[in-house]
Amino acid sequence: MVDATLSQPAITPVRSAGYWQNVGKRLVRDKTAMAAAGVLLLLLLAAIFAPLVAPMDPLEGRLINRLKPIGTEGHPLGTDELGRDMLSRLIWGGRLSLLMGVTPVVLAFFIGSAIGIIAGYAGGWTNTLIMRTVDIFYAFPSVLLAVALSGALGAGLGNALLSLTVVFIPPIARVAESVTTRLRSSDFIEAARASGAGAFTIVRVHVLGNVLGPIFVYATSLVAVSMILASGLSFLGLGVRPPNPEWGLMLNTLRTAIYAQPWVAALPGAMIFMVSISFNLLSDGLRSAMEVRQ
Amino acid sequence: MTAPFLSIRNLGVTFTGGTRPVRAVNDVSLDVAEGEAVALIGESGSGKSVTMRAVMRLNPEKRSKLEGQILVGGRDVMAMNTRQLSAFRGGEAAMIFQEPLLALDPVYTLGDQIVETIRRHEPISKDDARARALELFDRVRIPSAKSRLDNYPHEMSGGMRQRAMIALALSCRPKLLLADEPTTALDATVQIQVLLLLRELQRDLGLSIIFVTHDIGAAVEVADRIAVMYAGQIVEQATARDLIRNPRHPYTLGLLKSRAHDAMVKGSKLDAIPGAPPDLANLPDGCPFSPRCFLSDAGCRAGQIGMQQITDGHQARCRRLDQTALQDAS
Repeated sequence: MVDATLSQPAITPVRSAGYWQNVGKRLVRDKTAMAAAGVLLLLLLAAIFAPLVAPMDPLEGRLINRLKPIGTEGHPLGTDELGRDMLSRLIWGGRLSLLMGVTPVVLAFFIGSAIGIIAGYAGGWTNTLIMRTVDIFYAFPSVLLAVALSGALGAGLGNALLSLTVVFIPPIARVAESVTTRLRSSDFIEAARASGAGAFTIVRVHVLGNVLGPIFVYATSLVAVSMILASGLSFLGLGVRPPNPEWGLMLNTLRTAIYAQPWVAALPGAMIFMVSISFNLLSDGLRSAMEVRQ
Repeated sequence: MTAPFLSIRNLGVTFTGGTRPVRAVNDVSLDVAEGEAVALIGESGSGKSVTMRAVMRLNPEKRSKLEGQILVGGRDVMAMNTRQLSAFRGGEAAMIFQEPLLALDPVYTLGDQIVETIRRHEPISKDDARARALELFDRVRIPSAKSRLDNYPHEMSGGMRQRAMIALALSCRPKLLLADEPTTALDATVQIQVLLLLRELQRDLGLSIIFVTHDIGAAVEVADRIAVMYAGQIVEQATARDLIRNPRHPYTLGLLKSRAHDAMVKGSKLDAIPGAPPDLANLPDGCPFSPRCFLSDAGCRAGQIGMQQITDGHQARCRRLDQTALQDAS
């Protein structure tokens, strides 16, 4: 009979590896993704411990030393147009650049997921209303929207972060909505309803469990975009203000030196490229690590 | 006979979502006694699944209209509020689905899904719920049940998954089990095992079962009684034995004739019912089968045909039963 017989020895919970543990294992075996994660970790640590790692003050320069080439003694990566040490500035710049890359995406991840899941699960008119509103934002090219919002709100780090968050909510909400809509008509949601689960339980257990993975993968790839957009805002003078080091801003100010010291001028761009490609590779690795279950 | 455990009276289901209302189920009455297994057979779109989902009120509330009465254990399902319905679904009546891989959540282990379902209905500890999950796995004969509890659905074979889903459905000791084509997605050797398991569970646990299928062989294997559906109506119902030996509705006759017999001679043609099922949004007047029926006359196309009693427990919805008695089913 199905009745629980109490005489049975207590079950020792022998857990097999959970889903996320398996994903982790597969991710670790992915060499490309691990290399990308290594690069990111290194840059992150350098940014966090910038005061300890950076050899010089990033804000103090000697004009006599301006625009030294890469490999100059004392300045391994040369100096910028005001004679400030490039290596130190790149390390310090990682702080703001990574912050501007990650923060908007994290905020948009929560807000966009919530919007998308509600729209997807509610369906009908609620869905139409929410998603068409989202579409209005989505209709603008992301760069244009970020620039317009930042411009309207005024220059500054906080406003730049805010406008980037707004830029990333629509795409994340779209992904969340499409995955949720697909789930809503799936058999296991109906099975959950048939076993007495209410709407709240279904969203909490079955929708969240299945939606967050795909959104997370997508959001990881957005970090690169966010960094590039943030750099763009700084480049236009809408994000970080000088003399604070930020890669996009550095790219802007070194623009004039492109003929004098092309290699030095390209360095901040190389950093942006490195970080964004690392995030993209990591996101790819994560996607294939998560796909095995089907 | 005592009062049936499940009693469906004049059930009608109309889907109102599209441009024209679709009458998916029309005047269905069905009784299932305690411990009885009833098979609903019929082709796709004949209203089998919709009837079954109506018992749990699983059809989308906003886009469908329910009429008639459904009583389960004396309680009116139509009158239940959200909370009562939650307790009823899974607790008193449970459902198993056609494709277990799709009906089980891919991101949780089977053990977790069973524990979660039990704890939704009963205030018991996780360990106790897990102990019961293990027992259920043993009950449906999943080998090395203990380690299987920690498997994800994709890690199991089709037959094993279907067993796991049966275990999940039984987790809160329901009295009524609704099975929606539980063997259609399985291969032939596994089908019979699952059918035998269902039969055994029904006998041991005293379950009432409604079993939807379009496999007559499977229906005969599991069911005490068979109800044949066509275009949203039950056109004939009888004990499994009566229905196979002495089918009386022209549709049932055609259905049984169109089976591929094992003795089928090579080169001989498979009998088929001419025509196609009617559009449910645009049903013909009178008997919905009349356009395809070899016995139909003008009277069949005028007005609804009621259920005719043939013998005790054998009914058919046909006004030319005098003719069909002469037909040979095999």
